[in-house]
Amino acid sequence: MEKTVYKYLIRYSLPQQIWLTALAALSFPFLYAFYELPKRIINGAIQGDPEDFPIAIFDFDFDQTGYLFLLCGGFLVLVLINQVFKYYINVYQGLTGERMLRRLRFQLFSRVLRFPQPTFKNMSQGEIIPMITAEVEPLGGFFGEAFALPAFQGGTLVVILAFLFYQNWIMAAAAVALYPIQLYLIPRLQMRVNALGKERVRLVRRLSDRIGEAVQGVPEVHIHDTSQFVLSDFSDRLGSIFHVRYRIYRQKFVIKFINNFIQQLGPFFFYSLGGYLVISGSLEMGTLVAAIAAHKDLGGPWKELLSFYQRREDAKIKYDQVIGQFEPVGMPDESMQTDEPEMIEPLTGDLTMANLTLTDEVGDNVVDGISLNVTMPARVAIVGESGSGTSDLAQLLSRLLYPTRGGVSIGGRELTGMPEAVTGRRLAYVGQQGYVFAGSLGFNLLYGLKHRPMQEFEYEGEAKSQRTWHENEAEAAGNTTLDINADWIDMEAAGADSPESLQAQGLRALELVGLDDEVYRLGLRGTIDPKERNDLAEAILRARASFRDHLEEDDHMADLIEVFDRSAYNTNATMGENLLFGNIVGEAFDMDRLADNPYVLEVLEKVGLTERVLQIGYDTAATMVEIFADVPPDHELFQQYSFVSAEELGELQHWLTRVDRENLIGLSEEERSQIMSLPFKLIPARHRLGMIDEDIQEKLLDAREVFARDLPEDAKDSVEFFDLDTYASTANIQDNIIFGRIVYGRPEATERVSALISEVIEELGLRDTVVEVGLSYDVGVSGSRLSSGQRQKLALARSILKRPDILFLSEATAALDTASQALIMENLLEEFADRGLVWVLHKADLAREFDYVLVMRSGKVAEEGTFEELISDGTYFKQLLDGA
Amino acid sequence: MSLNEEVDLLRKIPLFANIEPSKLKLLAFTSERLKFREGTELFHQGDMGDSAYIIIDGAVGIVVSTPNGDVKVAEVNKNDIIGEIAILCDVPRTATVIADQDVEVLKISKELFFQMVGEFPQMAVEIMRELAIRLEKTTSQLTQALNS
Repeated sequence: MEKTVYKYLIRYSLPQQIWLTALAALSFPFLYAFYELPKRIINGAIQGDPEDFPIAIFDFDFDQTGYLFLLCGGFLVLVLINQVFKYYINVYQGLTGERMLRRLRFQLFSRVLRFPQPTFKNMSQGEIIPMITAEVEPLGGFFGEAFALPAFQGGTLVVILAFLFYQNWIMAAAAVALYPIQLYLIPRLQMRVNALGKERVRLVRRLSDRIGEAVQGVPEVHIHDTSQFVLSDFSDRLGSIFHVRYRIYRQKFVIKFINNFIQQLGPFFFYSLGGYLVISGSLEMGTLVAAIAAHKDLGGPWKELLSFYQRREDAKIKYDQVIGQFEPVGMPDESMQTDEPEMIEPLTGDLTMANLTLTDEVGDNVVDGISLNVTMPARVAIVGESGSGTSDLAQLLSRLLYPTRGGVSIGGRELTGMPEAVTGRRLAYVGQQGYVFAGSLGFNLLYGLKHRPMQEFEYEGEAKSQRTWHENEAEAAGNTTLDINADWIDMEAAGADSPESLQAQGLRALELVGLDDEVYRLGLRGTIDPKERNDLAEAILRARASFRDHLEEDDHMADLIEVFDRSAYNTNATMGENLLFGNIVGEAFDMDRLADNPYVLEVLEKVGLTERVLQIGYDTAATMVEIFADVPPDHELFQQYSFVSAEELGELQHWLTRVDRENLIGLSEEERSQIMSLPFKLIPARHRLGMIDEDIQEKLLDAREVFARDLPEDAKDSVEFFDLDTYASTANIQDNIIFGRIVYGRPEATERVSALISEVIEELGLRDTVVEVGLSYDVGVSGSRLSSGQRQKLALARSILKRPDILFLSEATAALDTASQALIMENLLEEFADRGLVWVLHKADLAREFDYVLVMRSGKVAEEGTFEELISDGTYFKQLLDGA
Repeated sequence: MSLNEEVDLLRKIPLFANIEPSKLKLLAFTSERLKFREGTELFHQGDMGDSAYIIIDGAVGIVVSTPNGDVKVAEVNKNDIIGEIAILCDVPRTATVIADQDVEVLKISKELFFQMVGEFPQMAVEIMRELAIRLEKTTSQLTQALNS
């Protein structure tokens, strides 16, 4: 990148800077006139000799008043012109600056994407992020004003000075007499500020690095009680930053003080020297007034220039310090990522290493001059003790790492200079921990197919012109114009020709790594929007019907589910759920706070249940007090089983002694809501308190009717009532199929029910549909809602889906359970039987099924051959095998 | 069957005979009421146990697997407790328990069981007595077996 901020500016914004400077120059004549005119108005029009009038201008005669208004009108026009200039220049500056900032950020980020892998060992996320976001931010302002501001303000200064000198050179000279002192002093003071500024940037970067580290390592902080240690370190860093910042402030204000003082010396000279000249009659009063006004205006640009100078110094530091970090050794050229060859030939043929060497940061050869030819296609195992360079070799072969010396070629084509368009599509690598991005499971599965936009997005109307604007702006700022909304999925790469076959391929990849069942289960727990996916919703409704049929055929199954029936109380659901008889949408109702809801209370009142519910509440409270009175407040039983917290229990105990069960209507609102909330949580089949008797159930069914019937218009969409023929959008797929509650007290229920669901889904051929829903599961930040095993399987499936010519794996299954390991290995060995598979194994005996084995020892290939060849006595491989 | 009925039932069991009703209520309330169909397993020999069972209704068979196949060694009826050994001394289940007919049980968690034993020495004594009887029975069976 350009060495200095000015070089950068000139390279990317010369025309804009010239235009801005030209505009500034263009505005000066008007500015001069703007200062000249007031003098004319005072001396010529107001204090003019009446005998000079009328004055003829362009054949028009003006008397004194007319002349005054003419000049004043002219003054107004000049004010307008000057402001228009200012406005336009400012806006154009902003535009230029923002474009440049966008360009710089884009360039920095695109560099991050090209950093050689080892760079990240020394540079953390915590450092990179603030550099691209916060640190370069002020540069945007500077980019716009770099030339225009000094030109404009400097020019203004010159104009005003010219005006002053023209009026009276002695006075003008007096006004600027002290400027040289400023010009001498300030850069010297500023140098100290600059040094401190650099220090500050460095410290802040460290600080954000620390924050990033603390966030990532926060479990360790808890585990080892190091919070105070971490805080102390943080405080120490803040202290250093504070110290530096405080010194910067002091320096800055010293500069400001000197500036202001010198600036105020001007008026001193005007009043004293100018006043004397007016009294002695050698200076006109109007001239002095105009001069004072002009000097006042002089202060503005001069100050602007000085503060610009400070900003410029600041920008120079920022630029230097950021750019320096973004030029790591060995960074490949941009074309490595942007090149798009016409034809991308498969990377088939022998895998050849020629003096392949990788040196680490301390100068050790981790991979030490390997020269070797491996016949491809083949399934190759690499084994060796940890630290023997196996993983580095795999990364070199897949071009994730660049060799320090020597090279790798496949089928005679050297990898080093090859664009990523080839290596990234024809090769794949999965390490011990594949990364999973925030987004859906499906997004992650297809991630490896998104190289370039395949299909333009069709914009229409307003969106189309917006898109054009976006594209033009991106181009003006040197950003990529590729459209993020386009279809990026390269189906052909996955061997698919339609979204359906792509899904089939995706499923296959998931099956190969044994993730399909888990995705299926996620799908069962997933929700869909029936408006968007009506087909899915209908399919699920068919499954619901079929599930019902099965229940009817099998008495045992029927025992395990209590189906939703509008005319029957569901004893495996809470009273609240029985009343609403539907799923809550939005915030109008809260299942845990039904007793506070005015509409719910109104419904109970309507069916005459209020008192009964209060009594049940009373009885429940009494039972809770009886049962839990002697249980210690922090006991597990409390948290697990009690309806009320330990504190509430104490209150209730007290309360029960003074309240009459037969007269609960008169309770305060707060007490009522507390007592009433208890029955809403009761599940007869689970709690067996025997309080929700047949009579209550009957009445609640009435209440259920009333609740639905009288629901106010604005709450109509707040409850999605259970309806056998309607898909419940807020419930997950499994609950939609069951359409009821699994009963309590039947240990086999969960298993039997999910077996039946699977049966129904298979029968209707809906498994793929459910998996599809599972693919829309949101995996969370860095895939945190998946287990580490699931993440790894997903990373593997992603690499399989793009059908690489050679798949490189580095202990990619080492962290999985043994069954998964075996399954994946078997599947991959078969899948890649006629392609290339290079697998770094964590255990030597796993190499048995591979065609060829490379045995590594301290960066070199110590032995090679088939498993059978290597297994003979005395080999290092045998040692490894026995050691395992 | 409601909680109160369960409490009545528990009181008839010697183990809980001297425990005050509110504690039995706690026991019943915090226990899971489970139904097992005829022929299903309550638990399996060798599994780790985390709960004991009180038979409320029906009968279960105790089956021990031996090198010669599974042998049914006992039948346990209503009002008896089973599975307490595994939670008392943290050993795997010593036998498999199968429902001989449709069975209803109360499943008592390990934590609750220990709390009750700790709180009511009477219960501990009852358990000791029960264990002693079983030991005596086993010993005499062993003697018999050795003699024959």
